[in-house]
Amino acid sequence: MESVLDPKGEAAEDPRWRLVNRAIRLHGGAPDSLIETLHAVQEHFGYLDRDALKYVANTLQVPLSMVYGVATFYHYFTLKPSGEHTCVVCQGTACYIGGASNILKQINKNTGIDPGETTGDGKLSLLSARCLGSCSLAPVVVFDGQVAGRMTTEAVLEKIGSWLSDDHHT
Amino acid sequence: MTITLEELTDIARVEQDKQSEAKHSIKVCMAAGCMSSGSDLIKDALENEIKSRNWGDSCRVSRVGCLGLCAAGPLIKVDPENLYYKGVRPDDAGDILDALGGAPLDRLICPDKIPFFQRQQKVVLENSGVIDPERIEEYVARAGYRALYKALRSMTPKEVIDEVTASGLRGRGGAGFPAGLKWTAVSKGTDQHKFVVCNADEGDPGAFMDRSVLESDPHRVLEGMAIAAYAIGAQEGYIYVRAEYPLAIKRLKIAIRQAERMGVLGRNIFNTTFNFDIKVRLGAGAFVCGEETALISSIEGRRGTPRPRPPYPYEFGLWGHPTLINNVETLANIPPIIRNGGQWFAKIGTEKSKGTKVFALAGRVMNTGLIEVPMGTLIRDVIFDVGGGIPGGRKFKAIQTGGPSGGCIPEQFLDMPLDYESLAQLGSIMGSGGLIIMDETSCMVDVAKFFMEFCMSESCGKCVPCRVGTAHVYRILSNIAGGLGKMSDLETLTELCDLMKQTSLCGLGQTASNPVLSTLHYFEQEYIDHIQHRQCKAGVCHMAGIEEES
Repeated sequence: MESVLDPKGEAAEDPRWRLVNRAIRLHGGAPDSLIETLHAVQEHFGYLDRDALKYVANTLQVPLSMVYGVATFYHYFTLKPSGEHTCVVCQGTACYIGGASNILKQINKNTGIDPGETTGDGKLSLLSARCLGSCSLAPVVVFDGQVAGRMTTEAVLEKIGSWLSDDHHT
Repeated sequence: MTITLEELTDIARVEQDKQSEAKHSIKVCMAAGCMSSGSDLIKDALENEIKSRNWGDSCRVSRVGCLGLCAAGPLIKVDPENLYYKGVRPDDAGDILDALGGAPLDRLICPDKIPFFQRQQKVVLENSGVIDPERIEEYVARAGYRALYKALRSMTPKEVIDEVTASGLRGRGGAGFPAGLKWTAVSKGTDQHKFVVCNADEGDPGAFMDRSVLESDPHRVLEGMAIAAYAIGAQEGYIYVRAEYPLAIKRLKIAIRQAERMGVLGRNIFNTTFNFDIKVRLGAGAFVCGEETALISSIEGRRGTPRPRPPYPYEFGLWGHPTLINNVETLANIPPIIRNGGQWFAKIGTEKSKGTKVFALAGRVMNTGLIEVPMGTLIRDVIFDVGGGIPGGRKFKAIQTGGPSGGCIPEQFLDMPLDYESLAQLGSIMGSGGLIIMDETSCMVDVAKFFMEFCMSESCGKCVPCRVGTAHVYRILSNIAGGLGKMSDLETLTELCDLMKQTSLCGLGQTASNPVLSTLHYFEQEYIDHIQHRQCKAGVCHMAGIEEES
């Protein structure tokens, strides 16, 4: 989304915008499809930046303030780009009493970041989830979209450590 | 394209024949729990192995929904022997096929004569772990869409509602409002436009019943919605589902497409004048959207903030039209009620809580997973019989029901039945059905703090008692857990909780105090230990000024 304004219309060069436009068309460009549209943008770009919010506001003819209001109300939407890797620690009840808060604490000790933050080198984003519904596998951690159950602090730190020390990635 | 009863019967017969042709059938659990342990690889391995052995159609491998005992995943089931294998890995495929028809594989066998399997009674989950959720034919082969046919072709809308009323079914989303009453209220609206909304915004942490139903048997929910729509006179339906459940969303969308193609959704269903379409709307991670007016606001594309009721959604709902909002499990109960009659359903359960209830069993218990038992089953039986007791020889401490709106129930009430009234009497609620078992390693102050943190950050901020109250209660609980509490805090807590309960706008604020009040009531000594002795017996809380050990 680093591109300058405009290249988002129907004939956009970026295929991601064409997919977003398709989603908007599917819902008939109705103002009430705002949440669905933001989902489409986030699915293709990973986050919602100011440009995207403005474009959605104009296309759906919804005030920008309302788009911003919705984007910040729901936890699922993020206004910041995420790091190269993401680690989501579930904080549902079963995971919590299974020691998930200690996992977060130790990650913080090792990397200095809290949920919602990204390391300075942009390698790791740490997130926490309300409940992933995989309570029987508690505690659950999701590494780059892969769900891993019955996690220990050691296993999580090892996985994160391998990401952080990996210099070959660009 | 519509469909006739004869065609529906033909589809069922062809599918049944196909299934009975295979000598063996291996069902691989592909619900989210087992999937994340790699059950899709197991299915691939089994299929490849069968292909390389040239067995053709004599052994059928199929994808099924939740087999229930998630703790032992990845699970597979071998029929007709009725064997469960647990903790299966892809390289076990060869051994599993070798053992077919002979002695079972000892190293993987999961005993099926245990109370976990035997004490359950499946109504909502009758197809769960039996059918492939991505094939409508398998649902049809298990009497699927028969109830819809019966309702449309041989019953008036009023008769359908009467049947639901007679069943005594109550809302499974938490509050337990009688479904028949709700349906009657919406049906009385004279508006031409009405809506049916399925609430699949399962936000309670520790609850995964709705996810499992949607992942294992999505057509049942669609059929329930269509019957409801016919009964109240709606033509459009929405399913509001959490974005955090990608697999459930995928299977729902597949199911809707298949149902439309088969003609059980769409125009002139079963050659009647009844039309019904269903759309999926994604939530975006807001617990408050489980509240019906907030949910409506979210479907309309706005911030999910509740509004005062009345007017209730049954008269003023989606875009101002009369709207019926039912939970996934409530709707999933409808097809069997119409098929077998309300009286049949009313025979299950207790006097005031009819039918069965699906519970998600998690926390410190052996058999974590998905269970369905008749209403009124004793708490003790659920934990120690079906659940297999507490692991590691530790001692049971409390059972948490109802998530952030519920309470913690201590040992002395283990012999209470699980039904709406008994749980309310104990200061908790049925909620959507998440049961979290806690042992002596859990600290009750910490648990109360955990839930209050949840409610504080999920409060939408519209009304003051909830927005300010949750933050204030959380601060006091943090102080107590950190060894900085005062005895007078306990009084303040009770007062604040009472205030939130009486004056909050919606259910979130009104029930947010339940975890605090119930732990204060049953585990007051733990609070006092934290305040007076700066001691957390469970070893969870770290007191200010005391060095952490690890």
